Amino acid sequence: MLETSVNGTANGAVNGSANGVNGSANGVDTANGVNGTSGANGANGAAPGRVPVPVPPSPRAALPLTVKDFKTDQEVRWCPGCGDYAILAAVQGLMPTLGIKRENLVFISGIGCSSRFPYYMNTYGMHSIHGRAPTIATGLAVTRPDLSVWVVTGDGDALSIGGNHLIHALRRNVNLKILLFNNRIYGLTKGQYSPTSEQGKITKSTPVGSPDTPFNPLSLALGAEAGFLARSIDSDRKHLTEVLAAAAAHQGTALVEIYQNCNIFNDGAFDPVKDPATRDARLIRLAHGQPVLTGDGRKAVRTDTGGYALAPESDPRPAVVHDAHVSGPEHAFALSRLADPTTLDATAIGILRDIQRPTYDQTLNRQLEQAHDQHGRGDLTALLAGNDTWSITGN
Amino acid sequence: MAGEAIEDKRAAPVERIGSVVIRIAGDSGDGMQLTGDRFTAETAAYGNDLSTLPNFPAEIRAPAGTLPGVSAFQLHFADHDILTPGDAPDVLVAMNPAALKANLKDVPRGATIIVNTDEFTPRALTKVGYAASPLETGELDAYRVHAVALTSSTVKALEGHALTRKEAERAKNMYALGLLSWLYNRPTERTLQFLERKFAGRPQIAAANRTAFLAGWSFGETTEEFAVSYEVAPAALPGGRYRNISGNLALAYGLIAASQRSGLPLFLGSYPITPASDILHELSKHKNFGVRTFQAEDEIAGIGAALGAAFGGALGVTTTSGPGVALKSETVGLAVSLELPLIICDIQRGGPSTGLPTKTEQADLLQAMFGRNGEAPVPIVAPRSPADCFDAALEAARIALTYRTPVFLLSDGYLANGSEPWRIPDVESLPDLRVQFAVPSEDGEPFLPYQRDPETLARPWAVPGTAGLEHRIGGIEKADGTGEISYDPANHDLMVRARAAKVERVADTVAPLDVDDPGGDARVLVLGWGSTFGPVAAACRKVRARGGAVAHAHLRHLNPFPRNLGEVLRGYEKVLIPEMNLGQLALLIRAKYLVDAVGYNKVRGLPFTSAELTEVIQGLIGDTAAVKGLGDA
Repeated sequence: MLETSVNGTANGAVNGSANGVNGSANGVDTANGVNGTSGANGANGAAPGRVPVPVPPSPRAALPLTVKDFKTDQEVRWCPGCGDYAILAAVQGLMPTLGIKRENLVFISGIGCSSRFPYYMNTYGMHSIHGRAPTIATGLAVTRPDLSVWVVTGDGDALSIGGNHLIHALRRNVNLKILLFNNRIYGLTKGQYSPTSEQGKITKSTPVGSPDTPFNPLSLALGAEAGFLARSIDSDRKHLTEVLAAAAAHQGTALVEIYQNCNIFNDGAFDPVKDPATRDARLIRLAHGQPVLTGDGRKAVRTDTGGYALAPESDPRPAVVHDAHVSGPEHAFALSRLADPTTLDATAIGILRDIQRPTYDQTLNRQLEQAHDQHGRGDLTALLAGNDTWSITGN
Repeated sequence: MAGEAIEDKRAAPVERIGSVVIRIAGDSGDGMQLTGDRFTAETAAYGNDLSTLPNFPAEIRAPAGTLPGVSAFQLHFADHDILTPGDAPDVLVAMNPAALKANLKDVPRGATIIVNTDEFTPRALTKVGYAASPLETGELDAYRVHAVALTSSTVKALEGHALTRKEAERAKNMYALGLLSWLYNRPTERTLQFLERKFAGRPQIAAANRTAFLAGWSFGETTEEFAVSYEVAPAALPGGRYRNISGNLALAYGLIAASQRSGLPLFLGSYPITPASDILHELSKHKNFGVRTFQAEDEIAGIGAALGAAFGGALGVTTTSGPGVALKSETVGLAVSLELPLIICDIQRGGPSTGLPTKTEQADLLQAMFGRNGEAPVPIVAPRSPADCFDAALEAARIALTYRTPVFLLSDGYLANGSEPWRIPDVESLPDLRVQFAVPSEDGEPFLPYQRDPETLARPWAVPGTAGLEHRIGGIEKADGTGEISYDPANHDLMVRARAAKVERVADTVAPLDVDDPGGDARVLVLGWGSTFGPVAAACRKVRARGGAVAHAHLRHLNPFPRNLGEVLRGYEKVLIPEMNLGQLALLIRAKYLVDAVGYNKVRGLPFTSAELTEVIQGLIGDTAAVKGLGDA
């Protein structure tokens, strides 16, 4: 998987649509991007009537980059032992393999512990305001299709204060990679329950237990028409890297929920699926075209009617085979909800869904091209005059 | 046939008049705004100076025949240059009893009222509280009333057309327009052309509207109801090519012009809101100018996307009204901190909260000035007339791009929907807004994203995609120069002051405030901002025509103020600040200059009349004379 580039060969091979979306732009190195503004002096010349050009992939790095190229000189200020370190290392490790020019990578975050992430990535980055990262990333991705835009967010940032923006980014299918660090707690504000905390959870703001029903982030995203959905775990570097590589390859919004340990305020929240002694009985590692089984192979999803549930080996029915590219959301939805929210039994990780549909930025930019083809380059003089003028002489 | 003018063999005498104010009022479904627009277009084409004031309810189709459902359009046109849509109508066209009742209080005695008698049924009268028809009770005796059966005449004129009665009735606004066109000697060919264009796909409807329009015109010609018709000669305006333009359209064009003159693609992030939505509609039509419009999920996303686009090197704009600004405040603060160019257009309306969505007000000045957490200064510009929205948009873009800052543009509902003739500018004469993006230093020095330009104090605009300038910005306080996170007390103090100083420096590139004081001997200065320009200037003219001396200055820049403002204020004994709020500019002026400015404040959702301002100004002139007299004694 690691050789996968943003051109989506992984998806293309499976459903044949990713390459179609990318058209023939494969390998085009357009440093000046779609607006002609990304170059150093792009705006000089005040060329009237910009001509929209086809959407290119992000320019390829001329020389191979290394992990070191993506590290900043900033002191990382997460608590020692925080799961964010592992995610940062995985992302920094992934970046060189994408082959994208470093200057064409942008990380945008909201507020929260996870949202400090851009400071530690030696790319372009913005640490914005609480919940709004998808909006800023949308404006950037739509005007600059030559960029690879990543959003880093947490369960509070993405699902509470920014819930509206998350679902609308997903439904529009803007070309964004959204990494949702889910630690089921508010860390930066020191330990209040979050929209993914279990019901009954005792926290600083819920001394007798949280009365809230939590969100299931992936179920929510499916309701918002998400085309790419995956789940991984901070400490599983290999799995996380594979999932992130597939997300990078996806054209459109890709949402990756990453179970992340907050060792200060919610330590051990994901131990049932991390502990080597117990995890294989609980975890389902999804692989496209493979049966849906627990890690120890002892239980499988064996139903084809209604909701999914694990059944033991003794069940005579065959195991459900995972298809990440099936067009309807039902299969992914059932997988997203397989886990017991408290015990984490039957937690499915991996790519739940990976389907192609037109991206918002491509559609909008195509409309610009069509307008240009139909009406020619905009003529400001003609626009200002309109159809109904009169002349006054003298004075 | 199409577009041919009617042959005018006018029998009735024609009286020449200097100006007239016409108000057309009816149900919000009666097509009053369209009728007004067409009459305006005819008038503009004829070469009159003009000014319009649409006034419609927030409800799209309030119950028919009720007072809340009344929609009106006022047009003032003249043979000389005019500044306002007129204080009071000389002519009221009332399409039903509700329209008469809702508007009669504004109509001075002696004015002309044309009523559509067909709608004066007992039921319609009762609906708005008339016990008997005002046409019969004598309560309109002080007016020149023309009772015309507009609806039935329209239906009769359309007898040959294959239309239902309801469809035929719908053309009554065109019948009324035809009658008005005759009455004021308006050219007709453009309206006929317009109908062809508008109903190109529905020739039957085009034909019906055309017939109704011509029938209304002929009615004026043949009836003896109207003893005279009127002629308002073309106005002697400065030479050039003109068009009619509304404030929102001018604003949209100004943004496109700013994009063209800067060479930056225009990105609009917006959420629909009255009275700003027309800017979104207009810009969405101009994709061949490279304009991207994004209808966001909410106000916050609208400005967020615009800011993201600005980070990427686009001209980022968001358009909204007061309630939207409230939601965008946090992102405006982020833009202040990021020091990226961004334009926030606030088309003000009556507030607080939902307030009066379709009515005008100027009560967002302090919100634009202070409505954010922390010390977050933002430059503010305001247009003075509908056409001026074009120049204001270019000026907002100039400030945003030069100083790398969010900028507020404060228009309002009156400017947005009002219209006036506009001398079309030569594109080459528009300001050059080209910008220089940051480039890596040749000697390999590390990039400093917060190193300021010594002149403007703006920071470099380094757009993603530029190798060697990778950097991180954010809402946490940044260290001077490096832009790294800094909680250092001295640094924060420095950065807060640097951002304030940068905004202050905008005044370096703003022309001194111009004062209109023809005699040079005025003791009273009227200081205005935004859409009060027309009524204030008209009132000053009236005062001067009566022999009074008054000076008028109008602020384009509300933050920072022009450098000479203090000096200007100190040159007058009295400073009057009329505002459609409870004294927001006055508060700023009094705080900054310690000048005892007097406010004149109304929040009625309507522009000031020049008559009321004339009285206020004359009162102040009287006061200064009295004080002077006392001093002399």
